Amino acid sequence: MSNYADIIAKCKGQKGGIIEAFHAIQEQYNYIPEEALREAAKEFGIPEAKAYGVATFYSYLSVEKRGRYIIRMCESAPCHVAGADELLKEMESLLGIKVGETTADGKFTLELTECIGQCQATPVITVNSEPYFDVDKAKLTEILASCK
Amino acid sequence: MAEEQRVILEYADKIDPKSAADYIKVGGYKGLEKARSMDRKALIDEVKKSGLRGRGGAGFSAGMKWSFVPIKDEVRYVVCNFDEGEPGTYKDRIICEKNAQAVLEGMAICGAAIAAKQGYIYCRGEYPFIVRMLKEAISNAKASGALGDFNIEVRMGAGAYVCGEETALIESIEGHRGEPRFKPPFPGVAGLWAQPTVVNNVETFACLPYILSNGADWFAGIGAAKYPGTKVLTLTGDVENATYFEVPTDYKLRDVVYKLGGGVKGGKKFKAVQVGGTSGAFIPEQNLDTAIDFDSMGAIGAALGSGAVFVMDETRDIVDIVTRISKFFEHESCGKCNPCREGTWRCREIMEKINSGKASQKDIDNLMVLSRVMKNAALCGLGQAAPIPIDSTLEHFGYEYSRKMI
Repeated sequence: MSNYADIIAKCKGQKGGIIEAFHAIQEQYNYIPEEALREAAKEFGIPEAKAYGVATFYSYLSVEKRGRYIIRMCESAPCHVAGADELLKEMESLLGIKVGETTADGKFTLELTECIGQCQATPVITVNSEPYFDVDKAKLTEILASCK
Repeated sequence: MAEEQRVILEYADKIDPKSAADYIKVGGYKGLEKARSMDRKALIDEVKKSGLRGRGGAGFSAGMKWSFVPIKDEVRYVVCNFDEGEPGTYKDRIICEKNAQAVLEGMAICGAAIAAKQGYIYCRGEYPFIVRMLKEAISNAKASGALGDFNIEVRMGAGAYVCGEETALIESIEGHRGEPRFKPPFPGVAGLWAQPTVVNNVETFACLPYILSNGADWFAGIGAAKYPGTKVLTLTGDVENATYFEVPTDYKLRDVVYKLGGGVKGGKKFKAVQVGGTSGAFIPEQNLDTAIDFDSMGAIGAALGSGAVFVMDETRDIVDIVTRISKFFEHESCGKCNPCREGTWRCREIMEKINSGKASQKDIDNLMVLSRVMKNAALCGLGQAAPIPIDSTLEHFGYEYSRKMI
C-alpha cells in the first residue's frame, strides 16, 4: 500500500516543496515513515540526513508512528490561565497515556502544542488539526467519544 | 472615543472572502488598478507618504523596505508572512477569514512596486483550513482576471514559531530547517532563492488596497501620526469580550481593556496586561493610559507587536505565567545561536526554581545578567525578545517574585 512515490511526485513541481510533501504524507499516514523520508530525499535531490533534519525540526512533523487521532493540547499563556494544566491531567487519565504516548490500540496520540491561534475560546485542543473550543471535562469526554 | 474603526474588516461577514466578485462589488481591486497605472517610483513614494509601517511587530516603513529592492536581476519575490505564532494572536487568521482578497490585492500592489510576478503566502501549519480557503480565493481571483499576471502560491509551515522571523521563513519556503540567516544581506537584496524579496505581514498587505484607492493622505490622517492607520487587536485572558477589534492606532490601551473588552471578567480587579504576544512586556495599571501605537508603547518599555492583548486579573500568579512563557521560548528556540539556545533553557530553569519557592536573590541577579546577554547577543528577534516578559515583570511586579523567594 505504499504509494509514497505518488504522493511525493505531486509536490515535486514545487521548488523547495519537501515540506509540502511531508504534509501530504502525514495527511495519509499521520507520520512520516522511514521509507517515505528516503523517497522524498531522493526525489528532491538532497541527502537523507538533511531530509531527516527538516522532518525533525518542525513540531507538526513526526518520524515516529502515531495514532489515528492526534490530540494536541495548547499550553500557551492564554490557555494556561484558562486551566490547560488540569485539562491535560484529565486527558491523560481518560486516555491512560502520558504526553508523547500512543494508546495501545493505536487510536490516540497525545501531544502538547504551543498557541494554535484560536484564543477567543480557551482552553483549546485540536484533534487531527481540527480545533475544539472552551474545552472542559464534559466536552472532552464527548470529543473522545466522537472519535471512532 | 470608544468605537472601532473598521477599514480592513469593514465588510467582515458581508462578503465571501473567497470571491473576487464579492470583493469587487465593495470597491476591491481598484487600488491595484491604480497602482498599475502608476510609475513604480511614484507608487513606492505613495506608500511611503501614507506612513504605513509593518504590522507584524517590527514597525518598519513598508515603502522604505520596498525601495531597497534592486531591479537589476530578472526575478523578485513578494512573500506574505502568515506565520502568526505569538500566543494570543489570531488577527491574521481573522483578516484572511473576513477579507482574504484584500491580502491578495495588497501582494499584487507590492508586486507592481518591485516588478515581481510571483508571490508566496507562508501560512502557519496550525491553519490547514485557511490554506484550503486561500487556495480557493487565489484561483477565484486568477479566474476573474483581477490579479493579471501576478501569481500567488500558498506554502504551509509546520509548527515553528521562529519561522515568523523573515529569513527563517524564507529558509522554510526553500524546504530547509527554519533557522534564521545572518544579516546582511537583507531579504530585500538577497532573499528567497537568493533573489530580492519583500516580506510583509498579512495585515500590512491588507492595508495597501485602501491606501491606494483612498489616497496616502487619507491613511496618514487615521490614528497616531507616526504609526498611522488602524490595527486589528485580539483580546484574550480575563476580559469580558475575548474577541477581535479594529481600532485607530491612537486608541488608548485602557479603552481596549475597559470599553471594547468590557473590563475584567467577573468584576475582578485588573492586575496586568501583556501586549504584543508572549514576547511582549507586562504592563501595570499606571501605564494603561497609553496609546497602542508603536512609538507610544515603546516609550513605556512595551511593544505593540502583533496586537495581542492578554489581560490578567488580580488573582493571577505573574511568576507562574512568566514561568510558562519561559518554557515556550525554550521549546521554540531553533538552537542555531548560543545565547538563545542556552539562554532560553537557563531562563526556564531559573524561572522554575523561583516559581517553586527555591530561589534566592543570587538567582534573580543571574537572570538579569542572562537577559542582558540575550538581548544583545542573540541572532534574531526570538532570543532578543525572550527575556522581555521576565524583565518587565521584575520591574513592575517585583513583589510577586519577592514573596516566592527563600
